[in-house]
Amino acid sequence: MSRPAPRRRVAAVLLATAALALAACSAPGSNDSSAPKTKAPSEVSTDVAKAGKVTLRVWDQEVRGGQNAQMTKLNQQFMDAYPNVTIKRTSKSFTDLKTTLKLALSGDTAPDVVEVNQGYPDMVSFVKAGYLQPLDSYASVYKWADRYPSSLLDLNRVSDDASHFGEGKLYGLSQMGEFVGVYYNKTKLKQLGIAPPTTWDEFTTALAKAKQGGQVPIQFGNLDKWPAIHTFGVIQDQLAGKDEVRNLVFGKGGASWTDPKTVEAAKTLQDWAKRGYFPSGVNGVGYDDSTKQFGQGKGVFLVTGTWAAADLKGPMGDALGMMPPPSASGSDPVTTGGQSLALGVTSKSAHPDVAAAYVNFMTDAKAAGVMQDTGNLPAVPATDAASQASGVDADILDGWSSLNQDNGLVPYLDYSTPTFYDTLTAALQRLIGGQDSPEEFAKTLQADYEKFQQG
Amino acid sequence: MAWEAAARVRNRYRRRSPGEPRAVGYLYLLPALAVFVLLVLVPLGQSVWYSLFDWDGLTPATWAGLSNYTGLVTDPTLRAPFVHALVLLVFYALVPIAIGLLLAAAMSRVRVHGLTFFRTVLFLPQVLAMVVVAVAWRWIYAPDGVLNQVLRLVGLDGLTRSWLGDFTLALPAVGVAGTWVGFGLCMVLFLAGVQTIPRELYEAARLDGAGAWQEFRAVTLPALRPQVAVAATLTIVAGLRNFDLIYLTTSGGPGNSTAVPAYEVYHRAFETNQVGSAAAVGIALTALIFVLTVTVSRLVEGRER
Repeated sequence: MSRPAPRRRVAAVLLATAALALAACSAPGSNDSSAPKTKAPSEVSTDVAKAGKVTLRVWDQEVRGGQNAQMTKLNQQFMDAYPNVTIKRTSKSFTDLKTTLKLALSGDTAPDVVEVNQGYPDMVSFVKAGYLQPLDSYASVYKWADRYPSSLLDLNRVSDDASHFGEGKLYGLSQMGEFVGVYYNKTKLKQLGIAPPTTWDEFTTALAKAKQGGQVPIQFGNLDKWPAIHTFGVIQDQLAGKDEVRNLVFGKGGASWTDPKTVEAAKTLQDWAKRGYFPSGVNGVGYDDSTKQFGQGKGVFLVTGTWAAADLKGPMGDALGMMPPPSASGSDPVTTGGQSLALGVTSKSAHPDVAAAYVNFMTDAKAAGVMQDTGNLPAVPATDAASQASGVDADILDGWSSLNQDNGLVPYLDYSTPTFYDTLTAALQRLIGGQDSPEEFAKTLQADYEKFQQG
Repeated sequence: MAWEAAARVRNRYRRRSPGEPRAVGYLYLLPALAVFVLLVLVPLGQSVWYSLFDWDGLTPATWAGLSNYTGLVTDPTLRAPFVHALVLLVFYALVPIAIGLLLAAAMSRVRVHGLTFFRTVLFLPQVLAMVVVAVAWRWIYAPDGVLNQVLRLVGLDGLTRSWLGDFTLALPAVGVAGTWVGFGLCMVLFLAGVQTIPRELYEAARLDGAGAWQEFRAVTLPALRPQVAVAATLTIVAGLRNFDLIYLTTSGGPGNSTAVPAYEVYHRAFETNQVGSAAAVGIALTALIFVLTVTVSRLVEGRER
């Protein structure tokens, strides 16, 4: 290699400087859009037919079987009801939507209605940047507070200074509900001579019995990192109670991750791993693989969300049962849960009234019927829904209604801070693998938590 | 006036002998240069610029100076990925080159029947989509996977484990998958190189009584120097940029024991809204790749060329 001549070197430096100068016109993100416009309830028009010819662009992540079916059906029904509206739908997988939505919202041709993930990195950041419209006026016109329990609406609220969520203005409505429950294999329980547990103590006793009986008590795979959030959440909910966990997630009441009850929950999880209540090497088993194993009859229980029912129904049929985690008292179940992504209206939408009417249409009682027919769990099912369903679908509808009645839904733990997903998932893998003690685990979480609370 | 200027230009070139550098040559460079500047240099400059800010990708950024870069050194969650990347280089670059050399040397000595077949089979991993590779290795490493089954079969039950879930062994496990992908390329490069070595050199070496090892050291290795340099550059770049294999097998886990810089760039830019920090990691990675490849190619190729 010959040494570059000085002149060539000068040219290279000049080029690099020029490139930097070209790129560096101003600080990134500084061409700020103005604050989102809001309408008073009296200015809202609910008559979609009078809006003229409208093209509504909708971005969602409902790509899977039943979810896609309900979306397609409802979109068609909306267009049939209002022939002046054309819906242009863009659907991407969850991860793809998450990575592209940010750019789409900041562009000049932003979609009108978007499905936004709750939490700091998505909804709160979008509100901070002024990309989403507050829907409070529409909520009062369409009476959404009567339709939805407050625990579900609150998850789609962001505070006025966009510093936290769980209260403040409303930025979307979610179509479907979900909760983490305990799936059980009825055939296995019968073989072991155990009745489906109704209290937490009965549940832990059943685990020990299943182990003695040579079965895998809880099927579990944590290679994908997030499943343990739900397993730990279920334990923490029973041991620490819903108020404590809610305070932790929403940063209220001086709750701390090093509180004895949370440490106790961590101890329980590690203890289960040590006793062999999980299959060996859970940190190396994929989530989908573990679900499949349970479907094939490996494992007495499976702790995961309602979303797994669709995949388990086929192979297990009537042997499959599901319930909210048995609570300490045997009544008032508490579990991690929430709702699907929120349908929100963008600030740049030229037809906010039509967009809001669409959100209203997608979440009303008729829509709930369509969702149920396509095998989904509507956030607000019809009152007689459970009696019309059978098998695990009925179990899930029953569980969902009792959770909502008793106000037993606790938000996902990774909502706690913007970086909590990383911190929690890594710490849980270490806890389960035995790298960290329950106390060290709690300290790791608290450190992340304090950093955010102070910052 | 115009013709005067034209004449001046004409004269200037007439005075030169043909073949001498001319300013007009730069004109031919212009289209390619423009594309290069637009698609490579400007985005690179932009990344450097972003890396000097605290930016969530949405709201106005605040000036951060070099703090994103000092974070690379002081923040253990950012330092670790770079260490992991260097460890992985052993598996992604060093081992594949060693295996490639071994295979090439063996094939240069012995006439293998069905060489094309073996070459194709060994090169296959390179052709497969990384998603396929990752899913396959996830199954191989699963607690009930092929690897553990084989270990049990030969009575090594004590060694079975959940490979990707093991805090100390997950990184080497991912590395081995990388080796499997990379060695085929090295082998094909070296085989092509070996075929250009004159047979006479081997005959001469054998007449002088050289054994297999001496023959390899004195004839094959020196002749393969340029190919080794190319293989090293390619595998190092591929190894340091590695994202898909990690993303699809472990997502950086268990804990953070397999996090690598390229994964960190994606993770920070798209998942945790730390665009400035992501840009800094990316720039540091670019610098590291640049330094390593230049050093390696100089060391292997030698200074004179």
